[in-house]
Amino acid sequence: MGGLGLAGLPGLLAAEDPFTPKTPHFPAKAKNLIFLYMEGAPSQIDLLDPKPALTKWHGQSLPPSMTKDFKFAFIKPNAKVLGCRRPFAKYGQSGAEFSDWISAWKPIADEMCIVRSMRTDAFNHQPADLILFTGHMLPGRPTLGSWVLYGLGSESRNLPGFVVLSTGKNNMSQAAQWTSGFLPSSHQGVPFRRTGDPVLYLSTPKGITAGEQAEDFQLVNELNRARLDTTGDREIASRIASYEMAARMQLSTPELLELGKETAATRAAYGVDQEPTKAFGTNCLMARRLVERGVRVVMVTHSSWDQHTELEKDLKKNCDITAGPVAALIQDLKQRGMLDSTMVVWGGEFGRTPLGDFRNAEEAKAGRDHHASCFTMWAAGGGIRGGVTIGKTDELGMNVVEDPVHVNDLQATILHCLGFDHTRLTYRHMGRDFRLTDVRGEVVRKMLA
Amino acid sequence: MRIFLVVLFAATVVTAADFGRDVQPILARRCYGCHGPKVQMGKLRLDTAEAAQRANRRIVELTGAKKMPPTGPLPEAELAVLRGWTEKPWAFQPIRRPAGAQTIDLLIAAELGKHKIKPSPEADRRTLARRVYLDLTGLAPTPAEMDAFLADRSAGAYEALVERLLASPHYGEKWARQWLDLARYADSEGGVQDYARPAAWRYRDWVIGALNADMPFDQFTIEQLAGDLLPNATLDQRIAAGFHRHTITSREGGVELERIRFEQLLDRTSTTASVWLGLTAGCAQCHDHKYDPIPQRDFYSLMAFFENTDEVDLDAPLPGEWGIYRQYEKEFRKQRTQLLEEYKIAGTLEYWENGARHAMANPGLRPNWDVSYDSYSKLVDNGRRTLLKAPSERTAREQDALVDYFVKSSAGGIGKTTYDALKLKELAEKLKKLDEKYPRLSTVMTLAENGAGERTHVRIRGNWTDKGAEVRPAVLAALPRPAGEMRTRLDLAKWLVAPENPLTARVAMNRIWQELFGRGLVRTSEDFGAQGERPTHPELLDWLASEFQRGGWRMKPMVRRIVTSATYKQASTARPDLQTIDPSNTLLARQARLRLPAELIRDSALRASGLLNETVGGESMRPPQPDGVADLQYSMKWEETKDRARYRRGLYIFLQRTAAYPLLMNFDVPDRTVSCARRETSNTPLQPLNLMNDPVFVEAAQALAARIEEAPEGQRLERAFQLVLGRGPTPRERDSVQGHLPRRGWFGVARALLNTDEFLTRE
Repeated sequence: MGGLGLAGLPGLLAAEDPFTPKTPHFPAKAKNLIFLYMEGAPSQIDLLDPKPALTKWHGQSLPPSMTKDFKFAFIKPNAKVLGCRRPFAKYGQSGAEFSDWISAWKPIADEMCIVRSMRTDAFNHQPADLILFTGHMLPGRPTLGSWVLYGLGSESRNLPGFVVLSTGKNNMSQAAQWTSGFLPSSHQGVPFRRTGDPVLYLSTPKGITAGEQAEDFQLVNELNRARLDTTGDREIASRIASYEMAARMQLSTPELLELGKETAATRAAYGVDQEPTKAFGTNCLMARRLVERGVRVVMVTHSSWDQHTELEKDLKKNCDITAGPVAALIQDLKQRGMLDSTMVVWGGEFGRTPLGDFRNAEEAKAGRDHHASCFTMWAAGGGIRGGVTIGKTDELGMNVVEDPVHVNDLQATILHCLGFDHTRLTYRHMGRDFRLTDVRGEVVRKMLA
Repeated sequence: MRIFLVVLFAATVVTAADFGRDVQPILARRCYGCHGPKVQMGKLRLDTAEAAQRANRRIVELTGAKKMPPTGPLPEAELAVLRGWTEKPWAFQPIRRPAGAQTIDLLIAAELGKHKIKPSPEADRRTLARRVYLDLTGLAPTPAEMDAFLADRSAGAYEALVERLLASPHYGEKWARQWLDLARYADSEGGVQDYARPAAWRYRDWVIGALNADMPFDQFTIEQLAGDLLPNATLDQRIAAGFHRHTITSREGGVELERIRFEQLLDRTSTTASVWLGLTAGCAQCHDHKYDPIPQRDFYSLMAFFENTDEVDLDAPLPGEWGIYRQYEKEFRKQRTQLLEEYKIAGTLEYWENGARHAMANPGLRPNWDVSYDSYSKLVDNGRRTLLKAPSERTAREQDALVDYFVKSSAGGIGKTTYDALKLKELAEKLKKLDEKYPRLSTVMTLAENGAGERTHVRIRGNWTDKGAEVRPAVLAALPRPAGEMRTRLDLAKWLVAPENPLTARVAMNRIWQELFGRGLVRTSEDFGAQGERPTHPELLDWLASEFQRGGWRMKPMVRRIVTSATYKQASTARPDLQTIDPSNTLLARQARLRLPAELIRDSALRASGLLNETVGGESMRPPQPDGVADLQYSMKWEETKDRARYRRGLYIFLQRTAAYPLLMNFDVPDRTVSCARRETSNTPLQPLNLMNDPVFVEAAQALAARIEEAPEGQRLERAFQLVLGRGPTPRERDSVQGHLPRRGWFGVARALLNTDEFLTRE
């Protein structure tokens, strides 16, 4: 980990580049990470973890003995059960089981490692976002992408090493997705903007031509070189390098954005030319292009999954927006030979309750509350064993009964796939060696290829 | 993206044994077998830092006398480590004032002498002037100010300049920046919604004022932790007590109020410990501190001082507000009452209140009411308490807040049909307009004791729902404590600045040093514990701390003493001869070149171009920023400040926690979620993009070009360098600029100069 710890290493000279690609703890398949973050928490019960037994209980409260250990955000343990209306089917050679609304995943079924036994500690969005990405419920720690960047550096000389792309409404996790916490702020994820320049101030100001811009950059560097010779401060050499890099970023980023150069078939697969997939599909395609250009970590967030009400209508809508592009991304990565070196993770910050959220008096508009005790996520690609389903929940989807996987375990597994022992990827802060998995985390061996 | 960082250097000086690193492994290997988690012979257990520290003397004696361990004496190397293991970590030991007549320069020279290193010569006068202007006021000298200083050839010219700068109203602005990082100051409250805290700036003004007045640090401490508890507390003292109002909060639906309160208590406790004691007490939330003598129990005892404290907003009219308000108050009340009557809300309001109270007492019966009550309790401060009071017992402010919530947001409880039938949405609009027509008095944020008598409990493994033993308010047992019982925040504050507390003065002086040299004598200025770094110059630190206390905790005399020292005045030029002996300049054989903090970069560009509005104090402003930045945030609108206020100093930029102004983020301003004692200094390509392409800097370059062109043709180049760098061009620079000028004109030159490393750096 040479040179990473600003705080930790005595005697280093200035101008160390923390993002020079680095060797992890052990050889690993995955070099990049794409996290498809379904913020707000998709209902696993209606998508990936079928619970036919709920139909029988629909409209009734469960006996207190079954709910006594549970706490939810809005509903109380005596809330009535909401049955699931979705038909499920088995897909692929592996027979991965999921509901009709995400049947677009059929072609990628054998790539998916479905984990039905996820658990987390918080049933409110913000703390759950924080624990999913920073390993801990209180703010102030670095997010997953920042840790990976800290550990592996970046392959890209012209683009940020960690990019966040987002669509959807009610984006609540915000900083949890890109904060560098106590790591140097240069490790922070760069949220690409939805309008204007993807990176702030990327464009040359109005009224200045590209040639004039280049001239001004050149004069800055000439003056800085003169000063470097006078003072001998190597920081000035770093400043010159960052100006050179900024100039390169200005030149190369427009090429990144030229989605028109993709083939018609690719554009169609991601759905970039039609609604409702346009915005999310564009981000998925952009994620592939970023990884192709050496960007280490890409977050692709869609944040409209908090279905307390209108489950039927809104959950379907979100599936229509995201299922096709997600399948396209996995297939595209595979076809280009990138899936082996790219780990893809799909999921939300927690799950949803089998009990209904009936805050809306019309039963047809019922939804589900937050559920931290069990939920489903899946992973694919780099280092992950495809075509398996891990873990089991009880008949009603209240709790995990087999192979529990805590979000800290998932983090340990992600880091493992990228070549890290999660207990050794640490950073000294406030007198303590912190790590992503806090004080917990076990690699989930069953998920590994 | 390749990003380079300024690597700040770790101390290489190794002194006495470090408990966690050196001692604990020996104890674990040699002693735990009989005095560890499983067996405790002689009732002695050594597997926690606290217990081992307590038994320190016995362990050292018995092993030294070869009586322990019974299996045979320890190897000499281990015995040496144990001998070097002092009873208490260095920072917990009393301040030891070095003997004899001392000065900063003598104490620095003593260390340099040991390594046979010579200090650097004094910086040239231009560099020195620019340095001290930036360090004391954050504003580089104008060409006229520079000329005046250079023209003064008297012996005391520099000292006289220092006096002028210490007396400048901009001194408080410059030094407030560091304190606001510590106070995790922001203009919004954090959390999902991150609503604005429009009154936050009153606290910032207090800090600037207190620093300008050179309020002694003991008083500065007492007022911020317990200003409300002082006899006949003034408004200013109560504003000061808003220090702990800058804690982030959450209004997310479904989060338990008690949990939010607990997290705020955690923050207040940890922040107090790190700001004043330089200790990472937060580690003891879940378990005894592994390295420092802070048992978990002590952490919660410290928390107990804050347990019965409420967040309170006070009416605090600004000059001119009160008179006008009194004139229209009656009219406002009348119209508001009329509106509420016109829309016949009384019956439904009572119905909603009953429903909400019922849901509070009987959760789970009616889901829609559960949600309605939950949302009310989050969005209305202290709303739960208001709801439990009879309407006649509520203050006008409480009643208004409840009614406003009802009118705006009760649909979930009373049902959409009723809500629509009463046309409450329309009423909400009218009430909002009325508020805009007759603005309420300005408020300030502060704390107050609530007398609830809530007891504090240790939380097992730090889990807020898992209560352990009850604790009373008390300060850390490892530090000298007063004899009597301590009860209040005032007791706590007085203890922090008591002469026998060795930490506060050291920690505060170290931060002053850090501000003037780029690194503290203890580099980890947030952590004076065993895991932090040791002081590079322990005697100097103690001498400064002692002088600070003796001088009545006044900060300006200490700043004066440092900036007039030869150590401070040295050139910052790199020295090849130090490259291998002291590459990180811990011995201070030269000054440091320091990149300016974000706020000062903007101030400097605006000042060089003549755009800076130097008004001191006042509310926060929102300079223009690209569309879409605010979209990252959940609820806010970034309403650009249109008038000259937007050219005010960077300190006054509205700090929206979840979507901070891009320049602040790009240049390492902490997000102010938690207290920060030390900013990192990064060097990223986003920085040049910001300075080259942000319209604010383009505007500054244009204004600067116009200023340059005011000079006669032959003097423009000289003028340009004087305005931006406080010096004339070298022949090499002259050539570069002249090569550039024909194609790019003075605008291009101005733009380039504002981007030079030298401009962004305090040399």
